[in-house]
Amino acid sequence: MSRYAAMFDRLDREGAFGAFLMLGDPDLQTSARLLDEVIEGGADMIEVGIPFSDPVADGPVIQAAAQRAFAAGVRVADCLDLIGSLRARNSDVPIGILTYANIVVARAGFMRDAAQAGADSLLIADVPAMEAEPFTREMEKSGLEPVLIAAANTPDATLKRIASLSKAYTYCVSRAGITGTHADGRFNADLVQRVKSAGAPPPIFGFGISTPNHVRAALEAGAKGVICGSAIVDLVSRREGVASFVQSLKAVTRNDSVAE
Amino acid sequence: MRLNGRFGRFGGCYVPEILVPALEQLEAAFLDSQQDPSFADELNSLLANYAGRPTPLTRCRNLPQNIYLKREDLLHGGAHKTNQVLAQGLLAKRMGKTRLIAETGAGQHGVATAIVGALLGFDTVIYMGAEDVERQQLNVFRMRLMGAEVVPVESGGRTLKDAINEALRDWSASFETTHYLLGTAAGPHPFPTMVREFQRVIGREARTQMIEQIGRLPDVVIACVGGGSNAIGLFADFLDDDVRLIGVEAAGKGLDGDEHGATLLRGSPGILHGAETYVLQDQDGQVTDTWSVSAGLDYPAVGPEHAHLKDIGRAQYVGATDAEALSAFRTLALGEGILCAFESAHALAHALKVAKAEPGSAILVGLSGRGDKDVSQAEVLLG
Repeated sequence: MSRYAAMFDRLDREGAFGAFLMLGDPDLQTSARLLDEVIEGGADMIEVGIPFSDPVADGPVIQAAAQRAFAAGVRVADCLDLIGSLRARNSDVPIGILTYANIVVARAGFMRDAAQAGADSLLIADVPAMEAEPFTREMEKSGLEPVLIAAANTPDATLKRIASLSKAYTYCVSRAGITGTHADGRFNADLVQRVKSAGAPPPIFGFGISTPNHVRAALEAGAKGVICGSAIVDLVSRREGVASFVQSLKAVTRNDSVAE
Repeated sequence: MRLNGRFGRFGGCYVPEILVPALEQLEAAFLDSQQDPSFADELNSLLANYAGRPTPLTRCRNLPQNIYLKREDLLHGGAHKTNQVLAQGLLAKRMGKTRLIAETGAGQHGVATAIVGALLGFDTVIYMGAEDVERQQLNVFRMRLMGAEVVPVESGGRTLKDAINEALRDWSASFETTHYLLGTAAGPHPFPTMVREFQRVIGREARTQMIEQIGRLPDVVIACVGGGSNAIGLFADFLDDDVRLIGVEAAGKGLDGDEHGATLLRGSPGILHGAETYVLQDQDGQVTDTWSVSAGLDYPAVGPEHAHLKDIGRAQYVGATDAEALSAFRTLALGEGILCAFESAHALAHALKVAKAEPGSAILVGLSGRGDKDVSQAEVLLG
């Protein structure tokens, strides 16, 4: 059983809490410690960014995180090492990579190396379902589960394609925009329903999750979990700890069971 | 999508899922417009009576006389950009959009977008790298005079690629009301195909004018290549002819160093700004900063059709350095009384070499824009 499937099994009706961190932000040593902190805080799954020079799907907070990593001289190989050492310290937590197409195609064997380091899934922000097939095929061959994005404006036909191409979970985006876009606590129950009807992997909301109320609203909309990114990275930028913040959001998923 | 959006292995539509419906809507509107005679009528009327088409073909008098200049510098707005901006503006109207966003490098595309924003009644926002805002003050002022908002982009290298990133981010949130009026034949499908079709008029006219003036086709067609819209517009109607096509990239301070914008000469295949194409990048796939004296050629990717034309050998791509371009700029000013854009001076620089080597060849050069925007920089650089 894949680590994602095992996680959903274990959580049963409890929502999954995913924590996002940019690898190498603000430097390699601190980044390794932050990965441990979000797990201590109760994160069920870890999503890690590999910094890219031209992150068109990201808002200012995540862009700045990538810039900090670059300023610290972080390379793609360092990011894979960080994943490898996290996996050595924690054998069960699902680790997903979020990055951009050019990072994936520039390095021969990127997917194989990522899988060997211990990553479970890969989401490429600028590869939509219509261009995904060559990538998802290679992911499966390399031992990575493909993750695709479903947005409120994604038609049912595309959701069917997402269902046939992806595994792990479906990254749902409720509102138009880039990472860090505020969702005003509104999460699209219709999207969740359509994702489920299409038979796509479990829907998890990202973009704009920054308060306990957001987590509650996302789960009430029927999602199997949430991913919190910009709010955590914002704490990193201010050199604050992240464990207690993760704890406060994760707590919501324990109290509010996932709607069926 | 109804078209496949590929040029050989290049092109495609590599954008966040959320933008796919907007690009599908655009492709549909573009294809429908191509079937609708009223669209062509309105566009042709604007091109003729507003923008000043056809533009002249000028045979040089004091430079080698086998050089023929296609004078897009005389188009309203001062560059070829106006051709496709008018067309996309009409498409945006058809789609019911009320707001235009655009990126700009040298400012020529920003000016053209501001023109169509004023003419057709759109709210217009132009993203421009902060570095370019500083070196192209005149164009910034022109855009603002026509009612466009100019947003300096501080991220990355603060030039054209960063302006495109910011425009794409805006569009991810605003596509319901907003058309992203991409300025070159690059980016995700359908832009490379659509912009080529809207710029094809350059080569179509030049082809007819060459036949009128010398009774035959040119032997060589030369244009500068940044994103590549003026070059693909000039090349398109010659692709099936026995005519050599040469694109001139910015060799900046020299192709041996890192300070240039020669994507096809020094880059490698990758994926940037929505398309698979040649990209200037490091081993990790991080896009590198570029350099050119001309802001319009200062771009680390290139239109995917040029990548294809290079790979199949249909077009040849060469470089011209900052120094060679500046020298050609001065030569044209002194010899013909024409101040061309620094971008166009790259094409001319190579044309002067070809003219010397092949005095019997007829050489068609795309003079893509006028040089008013560059004169203060020229004053500093040329003394």
